[in-house]
Amino acid sequence: MSDSSTDTRTDSADPVLSLRGVTVRFPGVTALADVDFDLRAGEIHGLVGENGAGKSSLIKILTGVYQATEGEVHYLGEQVSFATPGDAQDAGIATIYQEVDLVPLMTVAQNLFIGRAPRTRWHTIDFTAMNERAKDVLADFGIPVDPTTPLQRLGLGVQQMVAIARSVSQDARAVIMDEPTSSLEAAEVDTLFEVIRRLHDRDVAILFVSHRLDELFRICDQVTVLRDGHLVHSGPLDELDRGGLVAKMLGRELVGKQTQQRDHDPDDHDDRPPMLEVSGLTRMPTLDHVDLQVRPGEVLGLAGLLGAGRSETARAIMGIDTIDEGTVTIDGQPLRTGRPRRAVAAGVALLPEDRRSEGIIPDLSIRENIALAALPQLSKAGVVSESAVDDLVDSFMQRLDVKASGPDQKVRELSGGNQQKVMLARWLCVEPRVMIMDEPTRGIDVGAKVEIRELIDELAEQGLAIVLISSELDEVVEESDRVVVLRDGEVAGRLEGERVTEDELMQVLASGGDEQ
Amino acid sequence: MSEATADESGRDRAEMARWIRDRGVYVALAALFLLNVVVTNNFLSVGTISLQLVEVVPILLVSLGLALVIGTEGIDLSVGSVMAIAAGVLPLYLGYGWVAALIVTLLAGAVIGLLNGVMVAVVGIQPIVATLAVLVGGRGLAQVIAGGRQVRITDEGILALARTRIGGVVPLSVLIALAVSALVAWIVKRTVFGHQLLAIGGNRKASVFSGLPVRRILIGVYAASGVLAALAGVLATARLGASDTPNVGQLIELASITAVVVGGTPLSGGQVRIVGTVAGAVLMQLLTATFIMNNLPYTWAQMIQAGIIIAAVYIQSNRT
Repeated sequence: MSDSSTDTRTDSADPVLSLRGVTVRFPGVTALADVDFDLRAGEIHGLVGENGAGKSSLIKILTGVYQATEGEVHYLGEQVSFATPGDAQDAGIATIYQEVDLVPLMTVAQNLFIGRAPRTRWHTIDFTAMNERAKDVLADFGIPVDPTTPLQRLGLGVQQMVAIARSVSQDARAVIMDEPTSSLEAAEVDTLFEVIRRLHDRDVAILFVSHRLDELFRICDQVTVLRDGHLVHSGPLDELDRGGLVAKMLGRELVGKQTQQRDHDPDDHDDRPPMLEVSGLTRMPTLDHVDLQVRPGEVLGLAGLLGAGRSETARAIMGIDTIDEGTVTIDGQPLRTGRPRRAVAAGVALLPEDRRSEGIIPDLSIRENIALAALPQLSKAGVVSESAVDDLVDSFMQRLDVKASGPDQKVRELSGGNQQKVMLARWLCVEPRVMIMDEPTRGIDVGAKVEIRELIDELAEQGLAIVLISSELDEVVEESDRVVVLRDGEVAGRLEGERVTEDELMQVLASGGDEQ
Repeated sequence: MSEATADESGRDRAEMARWIRDRGVYVALAALFLLNVVVTNNFLSVGTISLQLVEVVPILLVSLGLALVIGTEGIDLSVGSVMAIAAGVLPLYLGYGWVAALIVTLLAGAVIGLLNGVMVAVVGIQPIVATLAVLVGGRGLAQVIAGGRQVRITDEGILALARTRIGGVVPLSVLIALAVSALVAWIVKRTVFGHQLLAIGGNRKASVFSGLPVRRILIGVYAASGVLAALAGVLATARLGASDTPNVGQLIELASITAVVVGGTPLSGGQVRIVGTVAGAVLMQLLTATFIMNNLPYTWAQMIQAGIIIAAVYIQSNRT
């Protein structure tokens, strides 16, 4: 494979930043494995990979948040070991995070000069000089803002640019941008790219992390792909097309294996009206007119790359995030979105992606966690019927084979797979009609994975309408009757019947954006 | 040392920390009780013991409400001012009979609690800020209601709350406090409200996602805290025989938070220990009394209380 060749550009300058054989290990996890990586002056270098690929570990090594377990970091030709992010910053490595890390209440000028404001004779801050210099810096970057404006009055995009202007006015040699566009509108992205090009013209080395492929192709000249902690590709971007890049991210070639689809005949369901119908669901900038339908007994796969809007669709249906427009109907009845409580009452259940922070109540017992959503049904006049709870909990612990010392064990002590079963049991208690599962098998062991997949089949057979969100192609293909593929918040393709294969799915994931 | 034994001693220590967290307050209370039996003259008399119990009633009632609020990862600093408002409202309605006056006063506490709850659950103000505002403003409101005067209470019904001794021995107010404690414990253990409030304190996001009526529960919890504080205000007023709006319940929020925390309820929410809270309130009262009864400087009691608070929070932070 020519993938791992680090470089084809022998003519370029020495790297500003480089990693040699860097490995980062945490207890039980290898976040980065033996990575060699170079970032050169005057290049805009894209860094891509799916969740858990090691992007953020790589950034954190470069910026001194993590230290390498093995291997070396070189900066401007010398081996370095940044103990803190401050060290890296002082050395000239600026980092722009997804969330703007500035002080909202201070003015633009104050933010630009935090910690290094010009002083007067009396050692007080010289606001006149500061505002003058801020004006120059902003003009330099083409940011049309009055330096005395409080930062919080500006849009996110402009704040992002102030953050960039701030770090780069500190004589940065390398700028690392971690998904800088994820919360920006299209016009703001254009302005951001203009700023990036100006940096590029000053010979600053830029590392650009994004999961939006079209942005990558618009602005980057080099690209590095990580997968499962390994560097799988690094080289000029124009050597790859979109399909090639996606194949490297997912670790599959387009002529991959054919996986067996669920042996459901899709025609079975066609005569029934949809249980869940979503139309025109819009929440800018993450969701743009998403339509989908799920019939009872059907599993609809929701596929897409990281940031395509899968979880956002689930959250919008559930009412966790508000929507700009669009409708959701459950069994023909319109659902007033905006409150999870109303969605639950209408029979919608969501198995959240982030089990720990959005799903389980870690310090409560298995029993309390399972009974949580069903408490009103398990009580009379507000008093919980302990025996009804015990019966229900026992039956679900048995049915789902929850491995624990007993129903009174705290959920925090369980393995990921068993926590997921507890979450499933919580929802099954309320007998939902629509179940949205967001990465139901992520982070759980192989055995439990199989059990949960079997359960998905079982629930569909019982007539639930299921929306399955998964980053694992084989899981989506094997479990789903139909697949909706999202890209940048829009439906990029739909697969039905015989077309539900990994190949077809890869084609849709890889194509795209260009024609628009 | 082999790995196995290191592991074991680690587990032993974790288990010991849990044991101290769960039972420490009872052990400390028993030890202090025994100490008093030995060193304090006349400690084992009906008069001394019942005086201690009567003293602890307002703190205990307020602590019960606070335990619920703290269980939701919140805090209620307004309790002392709610007591003052209760003291101010009570005499205004005694003309309609003491039962009517009591009901109106408890309702006033509920209204202030609702205000706290709405600020926290609907407007989204941090509990410490919302209830601090009511702490400050509530005391002022109480004095406006009372017209800035101390009003003597002559209503026999109210005074009887403080003076009646069941069987000539057990003070009625102590029985009321015990009954309310049992009721609150039952609510936490057995009702949907109780289960949901623990879930909200344990993981608010997950509770929202699971369709729990989070706002309603939070508002209910603050309202309950308001009612309990108003009841504490009524009993304190009855004992004093006067409505003392400037002084009643001053700093009681601090004593009550101490009682709740020492009783093993973590400030991080998700757990409520009612029996522990009762023991915590009695422990802090007895500690103060020990110094006073033995003519030792009260300042020392304050410093020991500080030590106990830090120890209690430290033990809780060793979560396993």
